[in-house]
Parts: sequence; structure tokens; C-alpha cells
Amino acid sequence: MKRKGERIVEGVLAFSALVTVLTTVGIIWVLVSESWGFFAAVPLKDFLFDTEWTPLFAQKRYGILPLLSGTLLTTLIAILTAVPLGIVIAVYLSEYASKKLRNTLKPLLEVLAAVPTVVYGFFALTVVTPFLQSFIPGIGSFNALSAGLVMGIMIIPLISSLSEDALYAVPRSLREASYGMGATRFQTAFKVIVPAASSGIMVSIILGIARAVGETMVVAIAAGQQPNLTFDPRESVETITAYIVQVSLGDVEHGSVEYRTIFAAGITLFIITFLLNNLSFWLRRKFQQKYA
Amino acid sequence: MRDMDRNRIIDNAFRYVGLFCTALGIIVLAVFLGDILITGLTRIDWSFLTSLPSRRAARAGILTAWTGTAWILGLTALIAIPLGVCAGIYLQEYGARSRFARIIEVNIANLAGVPSVIYGLLGLQIFVRTLHMGNSLLAGAFTLALLILPTIIVATREALKAVPATLREASYGMGATRWQTIRHQVLPAASGGILTGIILALSRAVGETAPLIVIGALAYVPFVAESPLDEFTVLPIQIFNWVSRPQEAFLVNAAAAIIVLLAITFIMNGIAVYLRNRWQKKVSW
Repeated sequence: MKRKGERIVEGVLAFSALVTVLTTVGIIWVLVSESWGFFAAVPLKDFLFDTEWTPLFAQKRYGILPLLSGTLLTTLIAILTAVPLGIVIAVYLSEYASKKLRNTLKPLLEVLAAVPTVVYGFFALTVVTPFLQSFIPGIGSFNALSAGLVMGIMIIPLISSLSEDALYAVPRSLREASYGMGATRFQTAFKVIVPAASSGIMVSIILGIARAVGETMVVAIAAGQQPNLTFDPRESVETITAYIVQVSLGDVEHGSVEYRTIFAAGITLFIITFLLNNLSFWLRRKFQQKYA
Repeated sequence: MRDMDRNRIIDNAFRYVGLFCTALGIIVLAVFLGDILITGLTRIDWSFLTSLPSRRAARAGILTAWTGTAWILGLTALIAIPLGVCAGIYLQEYGARSRFARIIEVNIANLAGVPSVIYGLLGLQIFVRTLHMGNSLLAGAFTLALLILPTIIVATREALKAVPATLREASYGMGATRWQTIRHQVLPAASGGILTGIILALSRAVGETAPLIVIGALAYVPFVAESPLDEFTVLPIQIFNWVSRPQEAFLVNAAAAIIVLLAITFIMNGIAVYLRNRWQKKVSW
């Protein structure tokens, strides 16, 4: 009697775990089956190489490049903001700050990660963009720079806390050897500890990139909704994610090619983040072996 | 000798550079919160919280938005907590070394990295269309539940992992079965950590916008939802809608709604931190 009950419980628990697998299967199935219909109507060559994306206009063109460049540009700006700051913060907190200061500063930084992204969008549009307009000529009210900068601030905690973990994992003996040779704290940090933790820091950067590529609300609000093949940060650009939101807000007929564009855009996004995530898993495993 | 002086200066300078960079993020956050408070605080009053949306900014309120958020929060919790905790228990206590568990583990790590907007596409096709839930609260809650499931599972596993083996062995020694041991010994001991993880995951769900826009949550809902099958809006979507309008008055409304949203998020995070600290203090093994 009891044994049967035990088995039922285990079955229920295993089923719950299976739901996560079903989620993955569901995501892949939905993306593939709907993009299948899209690619039946639009040649893959046009999708990858056409330089215009105008599915919602009368003259329809389906080149993903403008959305990709928009995604790349905002991500690049975010990473250029978050990586230097995040790594300096990580080094400071792990090598310089006293334990007490560290315990005060870290939770405050974590607050940055708890703020909903739509709120960052508001911040980018109403505070950062007017500020940038005050000294950069020719910058639009929607622009890649403002969205990228704010996205960068948003991912600082991700990069700093993962990098700090990597720095923390470097064995003490390396630090002591360096101090023993008469190196300063700064030299030890940047010539010994950071290089030793480099693959862990890389992991944090890659996850930061993946996060920026998938971020939606900041770019939908502050970068605009204008597919634009440009690398000028002052211009309005549309990212893959912002396009999906734009179509979802409008009235696009279910089953039409226009409707399916969001799944074609979605599968592109999914592939990019999937590759980035797995690159980070691979690097992390390599890193763990190093100091095992 | 000059080299040594220079190195010492760089070393001391970095102490300030580091402090400055760390403070920078916090200062930006403070400036931003200050700006929002100054813009929005005067707009918050009783009628703002109890009015329906309106085309005129001065009359518009967030009644449908915050009740929608409350609905979504409750329904998402009902779906995600049992699933997440059960899956976490299975992976940590039962399948630790089996192949099935390994596959699920890799899978969860991958799911955690999927952008939230993709979960919206999943929800749109599965819950809204295939299962005919329409643009309902239920479809939104299922979508968000799947989104936060990895977070709850990981938190549950971490909390279970922290429970010492001696507790389990003592229970087995008394003749308890595996499930009895988990149910009466391990789960109560891990409950603080699990609860912290659940609250953090739910606070993330409260702030999510993109997946709900994709499944068709509306910006303009002129009634308060009364059943899980009703159409809905939530605070983040209402904020997004107001931010997208050119009129200054709507930006003030957006700031006011942000204050309410941030209050909810920060309170939830505060509770989570409080629980974690208390749990860590009480349990010392």
C-alpha cells in the first residue's frame, strides 16, 4: 500500500520536471512550424540578404538585416557600457572593498536588477534622451544610443556579480605569490587575478550579450520602431524584439505572412541566444576544470 | 624608486575609481527614482487608483491595471509554485544521477536564457490559439508561469541541497519512507529558502511586459476582470501605453503608475531578503 503511494508521488514529481522539457519542445515546435509557413512564402536568400524589412507596408520586403543591425548596435552600446563598469566594480568589490562596505554596496547594486524593464524604458526616453540631446547634435527623440546606454546600466549587476564570483574562485595562493613578489594590490588584481579568472569573466560578458540581445521593452520604448540598416547610434533603429512587440500591438491577420514574420524574427532571436548561452556553458565547464 | 611610487599612486587611485564606478550605478538609480517621484507622486491619489482608463489623461486611472496585475500574480503563483517545487524536489531528491535528470538540468539552464518575448510567442500559439484560452488572464498566467519555472526550480534545489544529510539519515533510520522523509523533514527545513526563491520569481513576473503584449493583453480594458477567462491589462502594459503617447500629461500618469509598480516590486524583494536573512540566522548547520 505504502509502496504504491510512494510511486504515485514520484510519478507526479517526475511529471512536473518533464514540464520544463515540454516547454522547450513547445518553443521549438511553435517557432519552427510557424516560420516554416513564412519560409514557404519568402525565400531564405531574401530573408538573409535583402537590406529592407517592410512587411507592414504595401511594398513588402523581408530582409532581416535591418533588424539584426538594430539589435547588434544597441547590444554593442550596452556591452561597451556594462563591461568596463561591471569588471571594475567586480575587482573593486572583491579585491579592495572592506567586507562591511561590500555588504552594503552589493544589495544596492542588485536593486538595479530588480527594476522592471519597462521602467528602464521610461528612464531612457524621458531622462537619458533629453540629456543626450543637450550636447549631441542631430540625435533623434528615438535613438540607439540612449536605449543602449540604459540597457548597459541594467546589465551591470549581472556582469559585476558573475565576474566577482569568478575572481573570488581564484585560489588564494596566487594572490599571496603576487604580493610576495612585491606587487601592489592593483598589479595583483589586473595582472594575476583578472587573467586567471578570464574565462569566468568571459562567461559573464557572453551572458550579458545574450541578455541585451533578448531585451525588449527598453528598445521598444526608446530606440524606436523604424527598421534601419545603420550603425549611427544617433538614429532610430528597430531591434528583433521591438519588431515582435510592434506587430503584437497592431491588428495583423492570423495566418498571414505578416503574422508569421514575428515567428521568423523569433527563431532568429532564439538561435542567437541559444548559441550564446551554450558558449557560456562550455566556457564555464572549462573554467571549473581549471581550478578543480 | 620612481616606478614604485607610480605603482603606489595607481593602486590608491584605483580605490577611488572603483568606488566611483560602483557608486555610479547606484547614483544613476537614485537620480532616476528621484525624477520619477517628483514627476509622479503628485498624481497619485485615491481616484487615480480607483478610476478606469480614459482618453483624457487627467481622468485616467489604474484600477484595471493593478487588479489585472493582482490576478496575474495570483494565478501565476497557483500554476508555477506546485510545478516548480515538485520539479525541484524530483531533480534534487530522486533523479540526482539519472540520465533523465541530467537532460532536464541542461534543459533548464537553456530555458533560463530564452528571452521573455519568445515565451510570449509560445503562449500565443499554445495557450491563446491551440487551447482556445483567448487573450485571457489564464493564458497570461500560464505563459508567465513557464517563464519563471526555471527560477523556482533552481531556488528549490539550492534550498534542498543546503539541508544536511544527517537529517535525512535520522528519518530513514526511524523507518520513514523517502517521501515521508521529504515531506516531514526535508521540506520544512528548506521552506525558508524555497519561499525566498518563489517571491523573487513572482516579483519578476509582476514586472514582465513583453510576453503579455505578445499574447495579446490589451492596453485599454474598460472593466475590472472578474474571472480568469476575462481579457486584461497589467501595470507594465499600462505604463508602456502611456509612455508611447506624445502628450506630457500621459508621461506624468506613467510616472505615477511606475511608482505603484516599483512599490510592489520592492516590497516583494524586501520580503524575500528579510526571509532569507531570518532563515540564515535561524538555521545554522
